[in-house]
Amino acid sequence: MIMTLPFSILHWSLALILAPLLPGIINRTKAWFGGRRGQPLPQAYHDLHKLLRKGAVYSRTTTGIFRLGPVLGLAIVMVALALVPAGALGAPLAFRGDFIFLAYALGLMRFTTVLAALDTGSAFAGMGASREVQFALLAEAALLSGLAVLAAGTGQFSLSGISARLWTPDLHQGGASVLLVAAAVLIVMLAENARIPVDDPTTHLELTMIHEVMVLDHGGVDLAFIQYGAALKLWLFAAIFTGLAIPLRTGRPVLDLGVTVVGIFLTAVAIGVIESTMARLRLLRVPQLLVVALALSLAAFFWTVR
Amino acid sequence: MNALLEILILIVALTDFRLLASSRLATLIDTMVFQALALSVIPLSLTAAPWPWRLMTLVLMTLAVKGVVLPWLLHRAMRTVDVQREIEPFLGFSSSVLLGIVLLGLSFLIVRPLPVTASPGAGSLLAGALFTILTGLVIIISRRKALTQVVGYLSLENGVYACGAALAVEEPLLVEMGVLLDVFVAVFVMGITIHQINREFDHIDTDRLAELKD
Repeated sequence: MIMTLPFSILHWSLALILAPLLPGIINRTKAWFGGRRGQPLPQAYHDLHKLLRKGAVYSRTTTGIFRLGPVLGLAIVMVALALVPAGALGAPLAFRGDFIFLAYALGLMRFTTVLAALDTGSAFAGMGASREVQFALLAEAALLSGLAVLAAGTGQFSLSGISARLWTPDLHQGGASVLLVAAAVLIVMLAENARIPVDDPTTHLELTMIHEVMVLDHGGVDLAFIQYGAALKLWLFAAIFTGLAIPLRTGRPVLDLGVTVVGIFLTAVAIGVIESTMARLRLLRVPQLLVVALALSLAAFFWTVR
Repeated sequence: MNALLEILILIVALTDFRLLASSRLATLIDTMVFQALALSVIPLSLTAAPWPWRLMTLVLMTLAVKGVVLPWLLHRAMRTVDVQREIEPFLGFSSSVLLGIVLLGLSFLIVRPLPVTASPGAGSLLAGALFTILTGLVIIISRRKALTQVVGYLSLENGVYACGAALAVEEPLLVEMGVLLDVFVAVFVMGITIHQINREFDHIDTDRLAELKD
């Protein structure tokens, strides 16, 4: 464990540095499907740089909560990221029951965004907040029950412990339930990160927006924090998904780290493919998709405890 | 329990969820056919490689009837009555999936105390079969269109077939063939009935048949 700790911290640092690449990869994949070249890969870095140099304009109706929201959100996702293992490589932070902490850290991050959105007093922001919370209700159930299945299957109660036991010969439950949970996590990832079957990140029609509408009133540094936080959240979910879906455990920290990072980039490509080949679901159909994610998690649960 | 059987049972359970979640008739039919194909391979995964010719005949006949003839009949029925999707089921699609979760749990719960020893993994197969039967029942009860109900009936039959595979390894060939013939005739007749209902009433909503007067 002591030997792998530097590599765990390296994964965390890599996530902080490379996360803004993920939106770029997704965009390039979508551009390739559309027959365009697309924006350069490091576009998100330029955007962040531009936003960080700008000042912010605050409405007189907002209070301190509005200014606190983006800062808290970014801080929380950075902490949550420290809990996420890279394949068999443990996370810098690991304790019993940390997957519950992870789910609620993400819930807290959502809470700060929602509060900041409601603080503007805008009806649009309130609408987006209500949708975000409604979908999160179902997504959280699917994610938590999925992770609980893995805990029950491996007999470990921390994400790092679970990840270290997955896809090893002593995993007595077989890979089937792990794959089911991976599918559930994929759906939750698309929902939580406002990707296409659930929300369209490129739309600017207020009636169809969920996540985007909540951050309309933020600008400058605050918006930079929100966008960076969103990229980190995408990395977080992609890392969990990679750990579940790629059955490769080399046993050597460097290789594990490399496999995970490549897997995360491949996950971004996969999201781009999903976004290019699927239409956004009608808003009324989104809960149905999330119920399916819950069904996958619970099917894995019954499969594990049968 | 071997990995192939494990994956096949999971495929069957997932197709059940897809049957519960989907509203498009074409998707329902294709999913049901896919489920039948996955199920028809199960007897092969339960026994070792040199399969007896009776088993092979059974599997091939099942593949032919359920994989080729039935989808052809159903797609043709769908075309003639010109119905694309189940619009307003009695039980919504999300609720159906949630009910499906409960039923899956129930199936595992029911099978757990049973001493199923026909073959390793037969217990799980029996749970999957029970879940498929219950799914078929839910679809028959909760959907309006006659064609969807036919799909539910076929899912139910798939479940019965899986039950047979789980409990009786050496099933008489004649019995299986008889069941297969029954299913074929049933779907054939149902196709004609649906066509007649549609011609008489311009729709295939079975709940409105209650208003029938002479």
